[in-house]
Amino acid sequence: MRVIRTLVKRELASYFSSPIAYVFLVIFLLMTGFFTFTAGNFFERGEASLASFFGWHPWLYLVLVPAVGMRLWAEERRSGTLELLLTMPVATWQAIIAKFLASWIFLAVALALTFPAVLTVNVLGDPDNGVIVAGYLGSFFLAGAYLAITCMTSAMTRNQVVAFIVSVVLCLFLILAGFNPVTDLLTRWASPAVVDTVAAFSVVTHYDGFQRGVIDLRDLVFFLSIIGFALFATGVVIRSHRAG
Amino acid sequence: MIQIENLVKSFGAKRAVDGVSFAVERGEVLGFLGPNGAGKSTTMRMITGFMPPTSGRVKVGGYDVMESPLEAKRLIGYLPENAAAYPDMSVRGFLNFAAELRGLEGSARKKAVNHVIELCFLDSVLHQSIETLSKGYKHRTCLAQALIHDPDVLIMDEPTDGLDPNQKHEVRNLIRELGHNKAIVFSTHILEEVDAACTRAIIIDRGRIVVNGTPEQLRGMSELCGAVTLAARGATEERLSTLGRVEKLNGGFRIYPRDKAKAAQLAQEVVELVNHYGWKVEGMYSERGELDEVFRRITLPDTARR
Ligand SMILES: Nc1ncnc2c1ncn2[C@@H]1O[C@H](COP(=O)(O)OP(=O)(O)OP(=O)(O)O)[C@@H](O)[C@H]1O
Ligand SMILES: [Mg+2]
Repeated sequence: MRVIRTLVKRELASYFSSPIAYVFLVIFLLMTGFFTFTAGNFFERGEASLASFFGWHPWLYLVLVPAVGMRLWAEERRSGTLELLLTMPVATWQAIIAKFLASWIFLAVALALTFPAVLTVNVLGDPDNGVIVAGYLGSFFLAGAYLAITCMTSAMTRNQVVAFIVSVVLCLFLILAGFNPVTDLLTRWASPAVVDTVAAFSVVTHYDGFQRGVIDLRDLVFFLSIIGFALFATGVVIRSHRAG
Repeated sequence: MIQIENLVKSFGAKRAVDGVSFAVERGEVLGFLGPNGAGKSTTMRMITGFMPPTSGRVKVGGYDVMESPLEAKRLIGYLPENAAAYPDMSVRGFLNFAAELRGLEGSARKKAVNHVIELCFLDSVLHQSIETLSKGYKHRTCLAQALIHDPDVLIMDEPTDGLDPNQKHEVRNLIRELGHNKAIVFSTHILEEVDAACTRAIIIDRGRIVVNGTPEQLRGMSELCGAVTLAARGATEERLSTLGRVEKLNGGFRIYPRDKAKAAQLAQEVVELVNHYGWKVEGMYSERGELDEVFRRITLPDTARR
């Protein structure tokens, strides 16, 4: 635990010591604002909810989460600090968890900074705050799933740009598998059972529940399994690099 | 403290380390020599548990590095070849981080950090961020990190690389001093360091150990070892050649002993000859042998063949 805490502290400090973190936060807040209030027709909807806010998150995170996570391992490998880190009395899994947690905390901070949106709907109307809490929870887990995938791709390369692009593509698959236009297309040639199976692997399918205010254990398990699987794969990738 | 048995590391078809075995006990300082690409860094990476060996075993303080990596790593301080450190951290921040990972907390941590700051002369750059440090200071920061927990085993890949002559001197002294109660392995391309700091040296070439001995033994392998260099007015090559093979130098002669085992007598014989002919001696000394020459002779043919 001590080791993980120390590593998380270092990662977080390194986020907040660079201007990129603040640029990211500003961009994130501007984009959520833009998508919610302008593109999401927030005011025309005539309802007090954050549906238009949360609805955009799978797409927004598609670019922003890989941007946060791409440096995690790629940078350590490029600069050679990986050798330092892994010859300390630190188990590889501890380093993996710590890096993941630190970035997840960073994303949580970004998400928390969207609280004015909550205030706005509460001032304008009388929203169901339970749904909003569920929405935030879903958004947080969605970010975690993308982030774990980015961890994995970041461990595969010493080039951050490559890590970024590969993560975007992988996350895009996770969205498209359950994205309505795509599932509609699929139903033309595949049986509904197949389409449902494919859609079951999509983050969108599992994210929708949270937006409706339903916290389903199966959805949580889905996100946690993606995180678990991707972090496990990260470990495998790192081990195979060290083997040369 | 360190036992290495039959260590092999292959990268694809290439064997970077090919059956290396040696042991280092507490109180020993082992110098690791070899041409570029010989496999020094790769060997060290396996000792420190960064790279798993293709085959063979490494034990540090009785712990197998692959089977109980954490226990082994706790005993080791490691200065990697590139002396990497997190660029966004300050020197003090980085040392605090390293100390914390090593399980040092509170006043023990403060003490350890202050101690290595003093040892590595980092006072003047404590609050500077590592990316803005000069190469030498960066190197010293990483060295400080390796020493922070006063490890029993110290592995250093080119510890004096990039340091100025004063710092090189300091670091050599430091290594020698620390060597009294630690097991130290360090690699270098500077052969004087073998004399200055090592109790033993290994020369490795293309993944294999070609020499393993004390600096004295290494020097003994030199052609030059035991030769007498004489500068004297009146001396002639012809007269001297009765003692052994003579080489004419700028303003003098070098006499090589016929038989290395009897090299000790050579100086005496030269003196007798000088007295006999009444030559005026301007200088005379017995050669101890040069590590440079030994290194070149052992490793050059192989390098040329590559
Ligand atoms: N990760 C790797 N993948 C492939 N080959 C490698 C890898 N690491 C090292 N090698 C090869 O192994 C050989 C030994 O390299 P190593 O770095 O151990 O040499 P060295 O003795 O430390 O050399 P130098 O004096 O230049 O530091 C080299 O031929 C190198 O190209
Ligand atoms: Mg090397």
